[in-house]
Amino acid sequence: MSFNQDYISHPVFGQVDYFNKKNHQQPNQHTPYYSVHNHHQTDAGKQKTLDPIVTGSSVIAIKYNGGIVMGTDMLCSYGSLARFNSVQRQKQVGTHTVIGVSGELSDFQSLSNTLDDLTTDDFCIDDGSKLSSQEIWNYIARLFYNSRNKGNPLWNTVVVAGNQNGKSFLGKVDLVGTCYQDDFIATGYGAHIALPLLRKEYDDNPNGLSQDQAVKLIQDCLRVLFYRDARSSKRIQVSVVDSNGVKISDPIELDTYNWHSGEAAVRTFQQVALGK
Amino acid sequence: MNVLKLTPFPTQDKEKPLNHGRFEPYVDNGGTVLSVAGKDYCVVAGDTRMSDGGYGIQTRKYTKIFQLTNKCVIATSGMQADTLALQKKLKVMLDHYQKENGKVMSTPAIAQFLSNTLYYKRFFPYYTFNLIAGIDEEGEGCIWTYDAVGSHEKVKYSSQGSGNQLVIPLLDNQVAKFNQLLPEGPKDVPLDQVVSFVKDAITSAGERDIYTGDYADIVVIDKHGVRWEKFELKLD
Repeated sequence: MSFNQDYISHPVFGQVDYFNKKNHQQPNQHTPYYSVHNHHQTDAGKQKTLDPIVTGSSVIAIKYNGGIVMGTDMLCSYGSLARFNSVQRQKQVGTHTVIGVSGELSDFQSLSNTLDDLTTDDFCIDDGSKLSSQEIWNYIARLFYNSRNKGNPLWNTVVVAGNQNGKSFLGKVDLVGTCYQDDFIATGYGAHIALPLLRKEYDDNPNGLSQDQAVKLIQDCLRVLFYRDARSSKRIQVSVVDSNGVKISDPIELDTYNWHSGEAAVRTFQQVALGK
Repeated sequence: MNVLKLTPFPTQDKEKPLNHGRFEPYVDNGGTVLSVAGKDYCVVAGDTRMSDGGYGIQTRKYTKIFQLTNKCVIATSGMQADTLALQKKLKVMLDHYQKENGKVMSTPAIAQFLSNTLYYKRFFPYYTFNLIAGIDEEGEGCIWTYDAVGSHEKVKYSSQGSGNQLVIPLLDNQVAKFNQLLPEGPKDVPLDQVVSFVKDAITSAGERDIYTGDYADIVVIDKHGVRWEKFELKLD
């Protein structure tokens, strides 16, 4: 006798009913609104990010004269466990855009696939037109807003940076679809720790920053984050996007204070830079 | 031969899992908007701070006022993501209306349409608090004020958002002249006087409401169209 799923009249204890043979209840695809009660009744095969599992921490970025510098560390944590130490959290999208992502790693990977599909389709149209950074930012915002409307959010905050036709673009999108543009942006703990540093440097230079200044600033901010954000690491990547396109750096190990016992916990950037 | 019987799946184990539904789809990004209508004009003010739902400021330059036609604007506080979705929807529908009817939708029609649009999402509302301000077909300044699900009222002045409790009494006193010892009653006020008053009103809201501040957009709608002005508020 051939094996027949229906032969077993009920799911067996310890056996997972992957295909939901017993009750054919399908999630209502047409439910146009978010419903808390729907969660428990939907298909067991459909999972939602109701809380993030493997997460990346801050993304920080600032505009300078001629482009944008964006920085992330490379750690992806499993709760408080430093689980993956060398994960790239920045991604080039299209020709002159880079995104930096904090939040759930698997949702970032899913978003990466979606954006690759988008840019491939754009390439295949072959009309010489390329998606602008703003279009990519808008696309992500609509995608995230739509997901949150279905009660199935992509648990990320995305920073979009680009440079095209001599104009820089810097924008941010979060998991409910909130989106805005600004001259400097930080996510997660960066919004508490790095943003004041970015703002001060930006305001102290009314004529704008140079690229070297901006890169140093981003690295210093990531170092400060490493000192105080327990879900960050000193393995970082800094990307520069300007009229020459996108350059995402190789992993950089931040110079930090040597944790010898008895040393002062706080040192100036200058001291660190000089290796004192 | 002994057969070990399979144990049936215990039904009570199919209880809902723990830690469910922690996703919060609504965020209040704060902000204050207000509007005062005159005889043949309307003045609208809205701050440009966007908070993160708590004590943080996400950006200092998000404008809450959106021009719908050259006789009508919508000013919205509440959740920014919902605001954007609502504005996009209104813009698409108004463009559609214009193409179908060969004319721009009138301000009172927009006001009713906004109510319908909000009520359509009654059971998963746009978390937005709106003012429609503009001039009607007679050229008279008019304002509609809404709740999140589309209840609305036509008024001469109103305020919405995080600072509305601070602004409304000021408007009741200075625009409607409620409960004055010297009976004066509301009267027609020249435009520049109203603009100056509206600036004071939003500055005062910014003084006490932590979700209001940074800059203010002041928008004047009259027979000449829509004029925008930027105005500084406190950054703290």
